[in-house]
Amino acid sequence: MSALRSGRQLVAAVRALLVATVVLGLAYPLVMTGVAQVIAPARADGSLVSVDGSVVGSSLIGQTFTDEDGAPLPEYFQSRPSASDYDGAASGGSNLGPNSEELVAAVGERRADVAAFNGVPESEVPADAVTASGSGLDPDISPEYAAVQVRRVAEACGVPVDDVQALVDEHTDRRDLGFIGAPHVRVLELNLALDERFGDEG
Amino acid sequence: MSAAAAGWLQAGLLVLALALVHRPLGDWMARAFTTDPAEGPKSRFWPQGHWRVERLVYRAVGVDADAEQRWPTYLRSVLAFSLVSVLFLYGLQRLQSLLPLDNGMAGVEPGSAWNTAVSFVTNTNWQGYSGESTMGHLVQMAGLAVQNFVSAAVGIAVAVALVRGFARSGTDRLGNFWVDVTRAITRVLLPLATVAAVVLVLGGVVQNLSSGTEATTLAGATQFLPGGPVASQEAIKELGTNGGGFYNANSAHPFEGPSAWVSLFQVFLLLVIPFSLPRTFGRMVGDRRQGLAIVGVMAGLATASLALTNWAQARAGGAALQLAGAATEGQEVRFGGPLSALFGTATTLTSTGAVNSMHDSYTPTGGLLVMANMMLGEVAPGGVGSGLYGMLVLAVVAVFVAGLMVGRTPEYLGKKLGRREMTLASLYVLVTPVLVLTGTAVAVTTDTGLGSLLNSGSHGLSEVLYAFTSASNNNGSAFAGLSANTPFYNTALGLAMAFGRFLPMVLVVALAGRLAAQGRAPVTAGTLPTHQPLFVGLLGAVVLVVVGLTYFPALALGPLAEALA
Repeated sequence: MSALRSGRQLVAAVRALLVATVVLGLAYPLVMTGVAQVIAPARADGSLVSVDGSVVGSSLIGQTFTDEDGAPLPEYFQSRPSASDYDGAASGGSNLGPNSEELVAAVGERRADVAAFNGVPESEVPADAVTASGSGLDPDISPEYAAVQVRRVAEACGVPVDDVQALVDEHTDRRDLGFIGAPHVRVLELNLALDERFGDEG
Repeated sequence: MSAAAAGWLQAGLLVLALALVHRPLGDWMARAFTTDPAEGPKSRFWPQGHWRVERLVYRAVGVDADAEQRWPTYLRSVLAFSLVSVLFLYGLQRLQSLLPLDNGMAGVEPGSAWNTAVSFVTNTNWQGYSGESTMGHLVQMAGLAVQNFVSAAVGIAVAVALVRGFARSGTDRLGNFWVDVTRAITRVLLPLATVAAVVLVLGGVVQNLSSGTEATTLAGATQFLPGGPVASQEAIKELGTNGGGFYNANSAHPFEGPSAWVSLFQVFLLLVIPFSLPRTFGRMVGDRRQGLAIVGVMAGLATASLALTNWAQARAGGAALQLAGAATEGQEVRFGGPLSALFGTATTLTSTGAVNSMHDSYTPTGGLLVMANMMLGEVAPGGVGSGLYGMLVLAVVAVFVAGLMVGRTPEYLGKKLGRREMTLASLYVLVTPVLVLTGTAVAVTTDTGLGSLLNSGSHGLSEVLYAFTSASNNNGSAFAGLSANTPFYNTALGLAMAFGRFLPMVLVVALAGRLAAQGRAPVTAGTLPTHQPLFVGLLGAVVLVVVGLTYFPALALGPLAEALA
């Protein structure tokens, strides 16, 4: 008797799951996709950024600005360290603990590199410049990290520091509504603006 | 504005939004789940009949929506639905390469598929896999996201059954599981998720069916930009306190959490139903003050935890973070410290497990706190449904403790709490600690368990302790340095998730059945009032003491040792 009743519940369960799969698993996401493609197609497709018709990235996803050997390109603002090397198919953080020896070593090494590359004292290098983000795809740097890089970028591009600083200010977002989140500089868009303004075509 | 001031304003805005929404939403849910015409206030709005679309569902499922179930049948429905769900989700993952929209992904390995199936059906959403390299869009939509809806609905149904146990007297009927699950979806989860998904899309969360785009970066390298129906899944992932990310980095991924306000909105989504359900409870038992007392305990614990975590994260503890100058490892610049701490606190207090920053890299004290949040048993405010029934069971324990102090038979909401009721409540309280501590002990005494650790020393123990705490409490967040996609962890954590979800549910539905069968004891001068500050304090203390005494030794060896070192 009990087994029979359980059997009835199992049949109901199978039918309920089928209904749920069709309605919630197919209709809902497909309808939402349709709605999204109508109301905000660019955002729904990943806020892609194109230059001369070809996609150079997403304004939401960070990328590396290094040469083929991995050396940072001085004419660009540099992104934060990344546990996944900005691989869009492998997001994630380092997950190293706060006392990890590996992390201590990495932080020390990055601090020295950033200071040397930008010609600033190690004490001026901010925390986000020496730590990896949670996503491994952080599109932003702190205004402090941008400030450390301004002079070096200006020298590499051969333009006045003030002009570069003005571009940085243009691409700095304050906190949303003045108090949500943290101020940040959008690196890809900033570097695109540098290219556009100061790029020496050859 | 200082970061700390901005942090408190964010929390203030969140509290304001929850305070505004919890009343109408709580009342709405009370109406939706008052199915017996004899219950609820006498007005033309109560109760509501079946909607036409719901009648279609009942016909398709083949159940009589007006026939109520006894508790054993209700429980069988819960378990049957969950069992079928696990099998279906397992099969779907294994076979994904043969189905459309697989995005070129291979079938998921058996161990990982089992773990993931249990994980999503139990509302845990622990992820041993990396979304963007394992799951095609079909599995994400028709497998994982479906469970995001229905596992949350099952949680709500079980909570509603327990509330009916308190609200009803002298009956052997608890309601109809299929009606409760259907209404949880048609009247609560699906409408809210639809609105939330639109907001997320406007905020920049992606929603497409593309397998991805190849970009050529400024420096000339190739970068893969993933696609996917993310916003629709993200909405229910937060709303249903599921937490399983579309991508590996979860809500820290810029396509899931593109900006700070979107991330704060996600925190609101994951808190809104758990904080509204006490209002539903108060309405259904006919005394709103009872719901207020419950939500008071939840809010008090949550506020204390948030304040402590903010304080800990702002101090950059740990050798590596001190050297860096701030706890920015595993954190996104656009979110900053306070919003990361807020998300971390909310996600571990609600059994959600989504993350916008990596808990493994929190300061030692911050990591201790997010772990302790889960150890509270996910009741402040806890997962959708599970938080309410967990807190009500602890309220039963608190009333019993008070009864012992004054030497009276304990009563809660007019229900006498005798030996059988207390046995069920006590077993409920014991299930999770047994799973957590046994699982951790096995893992750290076997080579295969220890082989997965990324960090060493006390932080290594914390990774394992966190994993079993997260799985057994159906949270799903991780100290993700642990390589959990191994046969040992897939199996052990899968079992912890299954037992951690369903054993408590069995006990809760059985308790509900016993309570509903009782009559109602009249309120006398000797009855402990359970809507006053005294009881709120007592219940808060019971939550903390039950947890503190159970987990303290394990915490002392792991995160506490690291924080004091």
